[in-house]
Amino acid sequence: MQSEIEAVEIATDTVHLVDGTNLQYDLLVVATGATLRPEETDGLTGPGWNERVFTFYDLAGATALEQGLAAFEGGRLVVNVVDLPIKCPVAPLEFCFLADWYFHERNIRDRVELTYVTPLDAAFTKPVAASALAQLLDEKGVARVAEFNTGEVDGSGGRLISYDEREVPFDLAVVVPLHAGAPYVGRSPGLGDELDFIPTDERTLQSKVKPNVFAIGDAASIPASKAGSVTHFEGEVLEKNIVAFLEGRPLDASYDGHANCFIETGFDKALLIDFNYDTEPLPGRFPGRLGPMPLLAESRLNHLGKLMFQWFYWHTLLPGRDLPGIHAQMSMSGKRQP
Amino acid sequence: MPTETIAGTTVELNDEGFFEHPEQWTPEMAPELARREGIEELTPSHWQVIDFMRKEYFEKGTGPTVRVLGKTSGVSVKELYQLFPKGPAKVAAKIAGIPKPRGCI
Repeated sequence: MQSEIEAVEIATDTVHLVDGTNLQYDLLVVATGATLRPEETDGLTGPGWNERVFTFYDLAGATALEQGLAAFEGGRLVVNVVDLPIKCPVAPLEFCFLADWYFHERNIRDRVELTYVTPLDAAFTKPVAASALAQLLDEKGVARVAEFNTGEVDGSGGRLISYDEREVPFDLAVVVPLHAGAPYVGRSPGLGDELDFIPTDERTLQSKVKPNVFAIGDAASIPASKAGSVTHFEGEVLEKNIVAFLEGRPLDASYDGHANCFIETGFDKALLIDFNYDTEPLPGRFPGRLGPMPLLAESRLNHLGKLMFQWFYWHTLLPGRDLPGIHAQMSMSGKRQP
Repeated sequence: MPTETIAGTTVELNDEGFFEHPEQWTPEMAPELARREGIEELTPSHWQVIDFMRKEYFEKGTGPTVRVLGKTSGVSVKELYQLFPKGPAKVAAKIAGIPKPRGCI
């Protein structure tokens, strides 16, 4: 069945589709992800949108940005995260690293001023990784502006303006817009929060809005990254809990917030991070203490790992097989507190 | 954990100045906490935000972010910055005696 959802009525356990069909359910899993809301920021989709103000978070934006970058001969390039949470919290940093590499390869790096503008008070949300990533930004000559809450984007004047009236000038801006859940969540009374995400128990993935509603992936409001690896690991717990709920057994509260991701840093290198609710990304080895890949450090092997992962994604993860040595629950083996 | 005396009562604050135990907070402490943040006088609009922050914290386990405040507290984001110039979510959380809003991961 393929049809857009008009709204969900949790009071009567019904999904209303736009074609007029009503579906009754015993159990509902919300897996409708996150959407971009650029119109929530004044001026963002105004003059200059997809001309000198871009986002790479959807296909149209990414292809427009590709042309924008190809035509860019130098000046101030600003990367701005409007608000959090966003899909893949490391992607904007990755973009900075790869932009540095790209302009270096084009032999115009000395003519480009790169600036990363974030609402956070550091380069990342967790302190150990924030300091490692800040150091990498410094090494690559990327300036940082922190605690900047973007209130307005002035595309024709080339300025980001914060709510507290600071300004960052740009010639080309790459903006990550506000994220929210799927719009139908907002049309469904009691289903979502202010940003249309589903309030969800972070251990069981059962929603807090009604016991027979569960959420997985970017749609869920839990304190984990909105990332593919998170959704993958959540899947194991959710599968158990769907069966447990239908059989009237207690739920498994074992999802630990496990996330793991490569961060491409250009020049054929990458970083790897592995963390959960309780353990922030730490340095060490992966997987396990004898693992070949260094954690939270640049290496060529991590970049090769990222390339190999593409094969594993299609041929191992999607057919439902496990990756050797990587489990839903994070392992402390190989990690060390600096 | 550092302890401090605010409005005559000893409370525990963390390194960044946020309350460790929100239940130690009383409304009498707010004016003194506000002065430490450079806010000389708490207006009814300030109190609207402070009360909202505490209500959200006790309901949801974390204080709201600036955007959520702007959408739900009845005070616009622009106005929030006028009330708490150094960053509404953080400063209002300090004055309201709740931990730093988690906001994001």
